Amino acid sequence: MVLFVVLPLLLIVLYALQDGSGHFTFANIAKFFTDRDALATFAVSLEVGIETTLICILLGYPAAWILSNRELNKSAVTIVLFILPMWINALMRTLATTELFNMLKIPLGKGTLIFGMVYDFLPFMIYPIYNILLKMDKSYAEAAEDLGASPLKVFTRVTLPLSMPGVLSGVMMVFMPTMSTFAISEFLTNNKVKLFGTIIQENINASSWNYGAALAFIMLLIIGICSLFGGGSDKTEVEGL
Amino acid sequence: MKKFFAQAYIWLLLVMLYAPIIFIGIFSFSESRVLGNWSGFSLKLYENLFSGSVQGGSKLISAVENTLVIALIASAAATLLGTIAAIGIHNLRGKKKKGIMFLNNVPMINPDIITGVSLFLLFVFLHISQGYVTVVLAHITFCTPYVVLSVLPKLSQMNPNIYEAALDLGATPFQALRKVLIPELKGGMISGFVLSFTMSLDDFAVTFFTRGTIGLDTLSTYIYADARKGGLTPELRPLMTIIFLVVLILLIIINIRQSRFKSKQAVK
Repeated sequence: MVLFVVLPLLLIVLYALQDGSGHFTFANIAKFFTDRDALATFAVSLEVGIETTLICILLGYPAAWILSNRELNKSAVTIVLFILPMWINALMRTLATTELFNMLKIPLGKGTLIFGMVYDFLPFMIYPIYNILLKMDKSYAEAAEDLGASPLKVFTRVTLPLSMPGVLSGVMMVFMPTMSTFAISEFLTNNKVKLFGTIIQENINASSWNYGAALAFIMLLIIGICSLFGGGSDKTEVEGL
Repeated sequence: MKKFFAQAYIWLLLVMLYAPIIFIGIFSFSESRVLGNWSGFSLKLYENLFSGSVQGGSKLISAVENTLVIALIASAAATLLGTIAAIGIHNLRGKKKKGIMFLNNVPMINPDIITGVSLFLLFVFLHISQGYVTVVLAHITFCTPYVVLSVLPKLSQMNPNIYEAALDLGATPFQALRKVLIPELKGGMISGFVLSFTMSLDDFAVTFFTRGTIGLDTLSTYIYADARKGGLTPELRPLMTIIFLVVLILLIIINIRQSRFKSKQAVK
């Protein structure tokens, strides 16, 4: 585990802090902060990532709530239906989405990118929220109701706060991949919009490993910061996926 | 009324999610080279797929084979390693347990591209030439944590005394493992295996970075290269449709069996 988990990550840091001939340097990281294209790409990725995540929450939370509510949804099959598309190759699904846009004569760009990403990652938002809502002790909500809270208040004061861990792990599972995908963004925008993952991939493939590693290192830092905010430990929700 | 809106919302989302898949399915019955350009009903693509007369077909077929073989080896190995690791972690306490669990979660939190790049650097660093073996190793790496997480809950549900009872009654540790521990953990191991298999099948980024330059292709990398060349091989459409239908039928069977099992238990 140390060999395949810790060492590779340390190597990212190591390569990020080296120049081509193995000398210690901060140049690669400095290069990112002075590279206007890379910074612009980073900003776009951040924007696309945040927008995708927000839309996923807005669409996914009500869905998860309905699915976990026994009065509104009796069959377990519907939740399976939400997971099923995951079995089709993600690239194939993305290409089909792209063709759908082409057929409907919708120009490819940032809008289609976000739509496609939401489509690809929505199940990852729904599932953890669904899980936590399902496990939640219903008596809290009932108690709030008995004590005279309106349905809206019950939701905002009781259900929503209790389901926050699910939302957070959903955010982690949507935000990180959206920022770092490369193939999906290439297809969905016909290579017009580059995401952070694309420049990492381009650099690694062009054998500029050190700069590529530096970019990956920056990505790692963001993950670290995000998981600190998200409590970091609650990834067990993935279990049932 | 509320129920009606709720149901309508769910089905609307599902229609959105399934639109591209249905789209592929419909156009698998048309010969046209481009998706979205209907040229009349035809089973030609299915015939081509099964007779192997696909343009550059041997590549597609070997990509499918590679995908399945890699997924099988990786998920079997991950199930074995993950189960052993889970037993080990279960017996740890306190800080050590937390530390190992954190390490276990790292590959799950990391996006594929980071896992891919970091393993790529590892193989470069260790001077291991990249190819089939490195892809399998990489897949085992990102599958194992999922197995650990599926087996751990089974371990904590298990009564710890029965393993010791088996030992007291004269079973060798290996017998106790085979006759007591494994049957108890079977459910978790199977779901870990299935999960690993899916992850491995669907993986693109990690394979992309660890496959080296020997021209090894899985379905994902094949599709990627194919799409970049401009124009997807049309025979992929029937292939995807068949995969989807197989999975759909499998999941339906599993669900029916589960609900039967549940109702049986209820009768008891």
